[in-house]
Amino acid sequence: MTRNTSLYTGVALLVIYLLFHACQSEQAIRTAQYTVNGQKLFTAHCQNCHGAKGEGLGTLYPPLTDSTFLLKHREQLPCIVKNGGSEMPPNPQLTPIEVAYVLTYIGNSFGNEMGIFTLEEVQQALAVCD
Amino acid sequence: MRKSLFLLVGVCVLAYVAGCNSKTSKTLPILGSRDPITKVVDGKTITDTLYHSIPDFQLLNQDSVLITNELFSKGVYIANFFFTHCPSICPTMQRNLLKVYEKYKGDERVKFLSHSIDFRHDSPSVLKSYAEKLGVTNDQWQFVTGSKAAVYGLSDSYMVYTKEDSNIPGGYDHSGYLLLIDSNRHIRGAYDGTNDEQIQLLLDELAILLKEYE
Ligand code: HEC
Repeated sequence: MTRNTSLYTGVALLVIYLLFHACQSEQAIRTAQYTVNGQKLFTAHCQNCHGAKGEGLGTLYPPLTDSTFLLKHREQLPCIVKNGGSEMPPNPQLTPIEVAYVLTYIGNSFGNEMGIFTLEEVQQALAVCD
Repeated sequence: MRKSLFLLVGVCVLAYVAGCNSKTSKTLPILGSRDPITKVVDGKTITDTLYHSIPDFQLLNQDSVLITNELFSKGVYIANFFFTHCPSICPTMQRNLLKVYEKYKGDERVKFLSHSIDFRHDSPSVLKSYAEKLGVTNDQWQFVTGSKAAVYGLSDSYMVYTKEDSNIPGGYDHSGYLLLIDSNRHIRGAYDGTNDEQIQLLLDELAILLKEYE
């Protein structure tokens, strides 16, 4: 009996571990996919100003290496990308999923570790841009 | 076996030295059209070559001072065409030119001349603020504006394509070339300002050109 219980517990733990692990790696694969797609978009639409390494240019264009700033403004980032800023031009042609791609690229490059920007997160943020 | 090894090493050393020599003794060509002219010197008629050169110019700089080609007559300079609100190639071109500027900052033999092709918006004060934000801290790098006719006319002399075009993001179309000009106003090199390898070539050839002034 006790032997059976510990066996069941062991199997259950293993299943939980495997599920968790599979889920983890699925997330990792998705993040990697978004990052690759995002890099293409970044090269085409953003790199001129922000630099290939996210280094910016003087004080004309800010660097994208300031993790603290990016983390603090995570919810505003989709709106900045889509609508631009006082100096940054808007990107009306980018769809929400493309915004998610490019932000996932920025958020996981140049020393940033922000994880994935999902489509849902970006859509929610874009719904409340001011 | 030993002998052939020596031979091989010898050949390598020779090739290295020869390669090195050909590099230092290289002179840059003069680019652009050339016309033969005949003139009389000491009673003899000789044929000479008239090389393409940058004409006289007068433009307003970031300090609202009228500057002329005279300012650039003592050394070499690198010229380009841009505008401050250009969303496409200009930031990359200026980022790259900034690297050259930083390398030669303080070396008065080398100057920089950026022409704005946005004659409507880029007034001297806009250019001044742009230069400061870019990180330009001395007058070695001049940012200039002028009438459309003056600036677009000059771009032809520098062999750079410029055009007002409302279909292009930013409103102006132009090529991102960096032109290396000597003290005789001859174009000695043209480099794609958005290409890292071409920037390296510019740095190499600028050093070669400066040897003419030693
Ligand atoms: C024409 C130059 C230009 C281009 C192209 C550009 N940006 Fe920007 N970006 C700026 C400027 C300037 C700012 C600072 C805010 C402002 O003044 O508009 C900025 C700010 C940002 C910020 C906020 C960071 C901060 O420190 O303020 C993010 C994130 C950003 N840009 C991402 C992007 C992305 C993604 C793209 C491409 C889809 C892009 N940018 C394209 C010029 C540019």
